[in-house]
Amino acid sequence: MEKPMLSMKNISKAFNGITVLDSVDFSVEKGEVHALMGGNGAGKSTLMKILTGVYSADQGEIYIDDQLVEIKNTDDARKNYISMIFQEFSLIPTLTVAQNIFLTREDKTSFGLLNDKECVEKTRKLLQELEVDIDPDELVGNLGVGYWQMTEIAKALSQETKILVMDEPTASLTKKETKILFSFINQLKSKGYAIIYISHRMDEILEVCDRVTILRDGKHVATEDCKQIDLDMVIQYIVGSSMNKAFEWKEREYATDVAPVLEVKNLSLGSKVQDVNFNLYPGEIVGIAGLMGSGRTETVSAIFGTGPKDSGDISVNGQPVTIKNATDAIKAGLALIPEDRRVQGLVLEHSVKDNIILPILSKMQKGLFIDNKKADKVANDFVKKLNIKTDDIYKTTNLLSGGNQQKIVLAKWLANDPAVLMLDEPTIGVDIGAKTEIVDVVRELADSGKAILVISSELPELLALSDRILVMHEGRIIKEMQRREVNTEEELQHAIQGF
Amino acid sequence: MQSKDSNLNDTVVVGSHTVSRKKTFDWRNYIVYFAFIGVIIYFSVTLHDQGFVSTDNLLNIIRQTAMISLMGLAMTFVISTGEIDLSVGSIAALSSLTAALALQAGYGMIGGVAVGLGTGLLVGLVNGLLLTKLGIPSFLVTLATLGTVGGLAMWITDTAPVPIVDATFNFVFGSGDIGPIPILLIWTIVATIIAHLLLRKTSFGRQTLATGGNESAARFSGVNTQRIKLLVFLGSGFMAGFAGLLYAGRMHAGRFTFGQGDELSVIAAVILGGTSLFGGVGTVIGTVIGSLMIGTINNGLIIMGLDVSQQMMIKGLIIILAVAFGRKAIKR
Repeated sequence: MEKPMLSMKNISKAFNGITVLDSVDFSVEKGEVHALMGGNGAGKSTLMKILTGVYSADQGEIYIDDQLVEIKNTDDARKNYISMIFQEFSLIPTLTVAQNIFLTREDKTSFGLLNDKECVEKTRKLLQELEVDIDPDELVGNLGVGYWQMTEIAKALSQETKILVMDEPTASLTKKETKILFSFINQLKSKGYAIIYISHRMDEILEVCDRVTILRDGKHVATEDCKQIDLDMVIQYIVGSSMNKAFEWKEREYATDVAPVLEVKNLSLGSKVQDVNFNLYPGEIVGIAGLMGSGRTETVSAIFGTGPKDSGDISVNGQPVTIKNATDAIKAGLALIPEDRRVQGLVLEHSVKDNIILPILSKMQKGLFIDNKKADKVANDFVKKLNIKTDDIYKTTNLLSGGNQQKIVLAKWLANDPAVLMLDEPTIGVDIGAKTEIVDVVRELADSGKAILVISSELPELLALSDRILVMHEGRIIKEMQRREVNTEEELQHAIQGF
Repeated sequence: MQSKDSNLNDTVVVGSHTVSRKKTFDWRNYIVYFAFIGVIIYFSVTLHDQGFVSTDNLLNIIRQTAMISLMGLAMTFVISTGEIDLSVGSIAALSSLTAALALQAGYGMIGGVAVGLGTGLLVGLVNGLLLTKLGIPSFLVTLATLGTVGGLAMWITDTAPVPIVDATFNFVFGSGDIGPIPILLIWTIVATIIAHLLLRKTSFGRQTLATGGNESAARFSGVNTQRIKLLVFLGSGFMAGFAGLLYAGRMHAGRFTFGQGDELSVIAAVILGGTSLFGGVGTVIGTVIGSLMIGTINNGLIIMGLDVSQQMMIKGLIIILAVAFGRKAIKR
């Protein structure tokens, strides 16, 4: 075995006393594509952020070519030939491809002025070498997502690089673009780059990677040769043996012989959402499972009118409805709690009460003014009902924990009494205690007759909540499973991988 | 024409290996040039008998717009980073006074110029530091300095104008003509060339556009965005100070009313020229044309017999039209 080009030894990191990485070892060889896998919160991105200098480790050493190096910031990472491919983070849409690639490192003429011609020529050569057909003079803002990413990679390679980190590089790519990327990765490999490939997609990892390292709960679980493993082994490693007891599934009773509350027919959006059909019954919790980029978020935003759609019919309580924007959707009795609640769900500088009553202000009015007594009562009711931990309803929401903020978002939408509640990654970024509480609240809501659609990448959570699970893959619903038919997380993992 | 929507659709269907190379002619990029030509033709026809097209009048337009153009050049950089500087008019007023006072006190021409420009740089520095170190939005910072510096300009001489008797100063900074060419035109041309090269041909210019195009991406790419912002505000202060010198030289005095309300014209010229208020896209030549166009309209309106109040209303309308028509949605 060759000596590793990069080796991270005994890396530990904790945030606010919570261990995220626990003595993790990780190494990559020259000319190797090494996959890094693990469930959400396993510590993959924290490990990579330590490597690229975004965070610093509490403990542990990093060696590059057997030399101990210290990576304190992103500049140090660059000096040690480590590049990370950010998704859409480091390109400027208003500059051209060539201007982006050589930003801050432009060639100069003898007068000290920018030599754009030289940069364009170098870019053209670089892109040719990488066999990517992009016009160096094109504005990056005019490029498609796939080319955006290749520009990003070209930028990383235009400076001296040995180690390249790619985080879910295919998430927003089409099949064809993925193919191009893979032949590209193989080429980089043969040129001796060490590539760290973070992904949830096992078919891709088996196709393009040499070895795979699996993390679980901040610990190193296994490093295996990709030729000697199969899907089942990997799933076993990722899931582990201990299922979280807090996420136990309870079989729930609800009537299925009634009319569906939400009917979605032939919903399509380019290649992202293709001919999606499903019904949702009162009191039912339906989970949507799938990989990043499988079209889950696009589906719910198309239903809710916050995202585009090409075609599709939506009926609520048997009535066809036209939904062009969120206002239409709310009127029709739908609610969507988006993934990024800090941006889209809450006015963080406002109080708990102000956030809760925001969507129902018109109902809180007495003449011209807001009936504060009534508003206080509504807010207090929700705080009690959802067990929101706050000193009082006047506290500003950014002082509350993530879980409690999420509950306020829930309250905000419940105040309007929707018939259908759609949740996109409801427990992302909340601690385990708040997670179980949110799970309980969602169950109670379903028991009270609301139909609920949940998107989650955390399979234990999805399995605990759902009565029925739809599996999406490349924009289609490829499988529908009754929860009682699913015995293990492994089964669901299999389905999600699209095998 | 390329709208945000068509871009989005493209990314959905792009599956082919070749990028669609759509170098379509986007008329929005050139609207100011067409508009400028249109305005000139309109006034040439309607005001022909009142002497709009006479050389004297055209040179007059250039004299009147020089200060706006010069401040607009620096403002182009400020707006390209996605920031704004509302304090330029007040800085010009204060600089005209400090320069006049320095001349009066016998510091000589070089002393007067240094004090005037220094005044501008100092206010620009304060603006830039408040923005970058304290994180106060530039809109608020410069709104505050607009008031503070404007007040200072009134207070420093108790609203009295300060006459300037230095003939060389008056000649070089505003009043002089070299042959038939007003010296203000020379200043405008020289500054425009420098600013154009700076924006298009230097790392500073490129990084200015990058900062406004996507600040976090620029930072990830190694651009010191805070430093860039500080520099563009220094530049804006400096040019406002320079405009103050030109006002002083042209009027043979320093006075607190010089430059008053210029921020409106300057910002209008920049936006009209095609620089994006959202940052990332800037054009120096466009700014100068925008400034000339506003000057031409003002001039035409005066000849037509409209008064200042009507000019102001029309200027406001022009800004709204410019932003509405020139608005280019940029995909982040």
